[in-house]
Amino acid sequence: MRTRKHWLPMALVIAALGIPLLGMPLAAIAGYGDVLNMPVGVTEISKKVYGLHMLIFKICCVIGALVFAVMIYSMVMHRKSKGVTPATFHESTTVEIVWTVVPFVILLLMAWPAAKVLIQMEDFSDSEMTVKVTAYQWRWHYDYIDEGVNYYSQLAADHNVARQKDSGVDLSGFENYIREVDNPLVVPVGKKIRFLHTAADVLHAWWVPALAVKKDSIPGFINENWARIEEPGVYRGKCAELCGRDHGFMPIVVRAVSQEEFDAFIAEQKAAGQTAELDSERQWAKSELLARGEEVYQRNCVSCHQANGKGIPGMFPSIHGSEIATGDIVRHLQTVMDGVEGSPMQAFGSSLSDIDLASVITYQRNDLGNDMGDVMQPYYVKRLRSGTTSVSALDLELNSLTSGISTGVSN
Amino acid sequence: MSYSDTAHHGDDHDHHGPAPGLKRWLYTTNHKDIGTLYLWFSLLMFFIGGAMALIIRAELFQPGIQIVDPMFFNSMTTMHAIVMIFGVVMPAFVGLANWMIPMMLGAPDMALPRLNNWSFWIMPFAFTIMLSTLFMDSGGPAGGWTLYPPLTLQMGDSFAFVIFAIHFMGISSVMGSINIVATIFNMRAPGMTLMKMPLFVWTWLITAYLLIATIPVFAGAVTMLLTDRYFGTSFFSAAGGGDPVMFQHIFWFFGHPEVYILILPAFGIISSIIPTFARKPLFGYDSMVYATASIAFLSFIVWAHHMFTTGMPLAAELFFMFSTMMISVPTGVKVFNWVATMWKGAMTFETPMLFAIGFVIMFTIGGLSGLMLAITPADIQYHGTYFVVAHFHYVLVPGAIYSLIAATYYWIPKWTGNMYDEKLGKIHFWTSTIFVNVLFFPMHFVGLAGMPRRIPDYSLQFADWNMIASIGAFGFGFAQLLFVWVVVKCVRGGAKATDEVWEGAVGLEWTVASPAPYHTFETAPSRQLIDKNHF
Repeated sequence: MRTRKHWLPMALVIAALGIPLLGMPLAAIAGYGDVLNMPVGVTEISKKVYGLHMLIFKICCVIGALVFAVMIYSMVMHRKSKGVTPATFHESTTVEIVWTVVPFVILLLMAWPAAKVLIQMEDFSDSEMTVKVTAYQWRWHYDYIDEGVNYYSQLAADHNVARQKDSGVDLSGFENYIREVDNPLVVPVGKKIRFLHTAADVLHAWWVPALAVKKDSIPGFINENWARIEEPGVYRGKCAELCGRDHGFMPIVVRAVSQEEFDAFIAEQKAAGQTAELDSERQWAKSELLARGEEVYQRNCVSCHQANGKGIPGMFPSIHGSEIATGDIVRHLQTVMDGVEGSPMQAFGSSLSDIDLASVITYQRNDLGNDMGDVMQPYYVKRLRSGTTSVSALDLELNSLTSGISTGVSN
Repeated sequence: MSYSDTAHHGDDHDHHGPAPGLKRWLYTTNHKDIGTLYLWFSLLMFFIGGAMALIIRAELFQPGIQIVDPMFFNSMTTMHAIVMIFGVVMPAFVGLANWMIPMMLGAPDMALPRLNNWSFWIMPFAFTIMLSTLFMDSGGPAGGWTLYPPLTLQMGDSFAFVIFAIHFMGISSVMGSINIVATIFNMRAPGMTLMKMPLFVWTWLITAYLLIATIPVFAGAVTMLLTDRYFGTSFFSAAGGGDPVMFQHIFWFFGHPEVYILILPAFGIISSIIPTFARKPLFGYDSMVYATASIAFLSFIVWAHHMFTTGMPLAAELFFMFSTMMISVPTGVKVFNWVATMWKGAMTFETPMLFAIGFVIMFTIGGLSGLMLAITPADIQYHGTYFVVAHFHYVLVPGAIYSLIAATYYWIPKWTGNMYDEKLGKIHFWTSTIFVNVLFFPMHFVGLAGMPRRIPDYSLQFADWNMIASIGAFGFGFAQLLFVWVVVKCVRGGAKATDEVWEGAVGLEWTVASPAPYHTFETAPSRQLIDKNHF
């Protein structure tokens, strides 16, 4: 039953400790330096957090090394095969007090700097600008509250194609695979930026490691945190709270630029907003709506309803031949705008523009195996949204426009 | 059962053995039979939960999505946790409690044998319901085992089955706990005072109280989810005046003591094994008892350390940081006591001892990363990443699971009357220990470097470590088949075990024959026997 092999205790120790302790420097030599540890980051807070992390890590290493050293020594020296007789001691109040009090003192020494950093992290005073971050399944909405600019940010389109199951795309060509977005958050360096966090559907968490900011986005509540970025650059992050099917695919990209560049960016965004405003007033051709609708569909609908529009039976309903997409067009619009309560179908009314809504409705009715022939114009969406027309009035107006489609009474 | 009926059986009670066939297991009220049922059940669930883990690791073997849909991936992470926590570790500890506590206390059986039968037989039904959701149209639960709303409320109608199954598991746990408390307080042989009880009994007593205190809280939380989902209440919906974060507070008020429910009995097992193979009494028995009680108390006031990113007031963040750091003091005392028990002993390294030492070392690694996680500003970086996954797997796999394996090797000669195959046991230990580190250690690195948990796909810089972890996962998984082989082999035969089994073993269970007779301690052991057999 008993073994007398002398190498056993040592081998045990090597197996249990060798991989961690030898593995780390070896891996560092092999070039994994940046995939081993927390980034130092580019804010005062992130550097302090890194400092705390390294301090507690070293304390833990010392404690671990001491405990394991005593164990190793004991396993080597106090073996029956060495012919020792076991001691019989089994208590010592002094020793018990020592190893209760000493760790307690170490903890106190550790608690002090940790509390100081925490207090600083929670100090939101004197912030110089505010960005409201609203999380959606599965994208971010950035609202520069003082500047009056806002937009969505989500996984870049080519990454979205590459990450689909069996996409056949060679990932080695993607330097920042699933860490790239269409519209990065652009912020100035040197300013204390306050981020307000909320969510439209489920919990999310906005996390950028280099800024040491992570805060949950909670529907119905507003959380805050802040960062003052010291160096211009591109900083990447991820959603850090499970938020459903595409939780792994809602990256964050923060581009920190000089104040001048930032001002130029804001001006550009404002100009683009005005163009979009004008665009939503004009009559759109069906082909234009279909082309844009496909893009909007790819961005917002495919993860549930799938590329072919057939959904996933039992989980996500089909759009192909569905009662809604082949039924009354105004009800279709309302469903997309208001969502379906108690289901993952969210209300897109707040997140899609008039043009996007009109084009995706048109696309869903005339593609994905549907052939309704009717179109939705952006200005109808706009009128409905602003309350200048009612659902029933719009229903009447649209139904008189489209011929050959039976709508029935839907309201 | 009427009184006369019991009286009728009274005469030949000494001679009657188990009923033949299936009936023995369905109707049994014998603590050893029920213990065996629990242990086989959890072994089966271990492989089901393990298969799910391997699906996860297979998908994460390389970047890109190759094998499963992200929704199914989320189902796997959720179900893996539920199965491993409620289907493996908890029932396995209950199985050990059933087998060992009456024998350790010199009691003939558990205090409430019929309740005992019922609390086991609920489990297979609960898990049949739980696992069946994977085959329903709307799929299994995919919002994480923590069931956070609103995400979990987006689930299809299999949600109701999940809640129902959780209630069943909870009822089983609470009944099992009541039985254990009742047994410990009422069934001890005369002279078996509380402070003479083996630590396994002590840790289970405290665990049972944790379960009785927290399972009903969990039951309340999931019932509120159920009514939010189906009956229009808004406990967790801000739109209706509720608060999604309130669920997290209630959940973790259960969930954090639950973490200790999964580890305290392990402390008891290790405290039995190390003295045996060091041939030296456990160091600091009293302080072990007090440390266990302190951990249990602290476990109720640290729950919000799981929620440092939810936006709590500064005062709360500071309180939960300090209280969490405090837990490392009594936990440290335990580790130091084990090391001091080894110190100047005369150690041998049979398989149970190897797993116990593996436990102490790797549980300590998990405990130290836990101390890191307590530091709130750093936790804000660690939270929701693979660093957390590494941490809790270190305390649960080479922690709780190792203690269960160690316990099996330690007591299986007493259960079967046969010695297990020592050579295979050692091979099992070494393959497990190497692969478990290959599996979980790299997770620290990718977590610190920014890889979130619960994702089916990752950026390219994490590819190498993930591939290594996946190799470790398959190695560790297949090594457990060896464990099954050793157990089956031991049940079927092998060198005959002596009554003492181990040279340095102390405790009443080693005073009965091997295999332990169907009924033990029908007459209480003498005070002399008790005094000779405790630390």
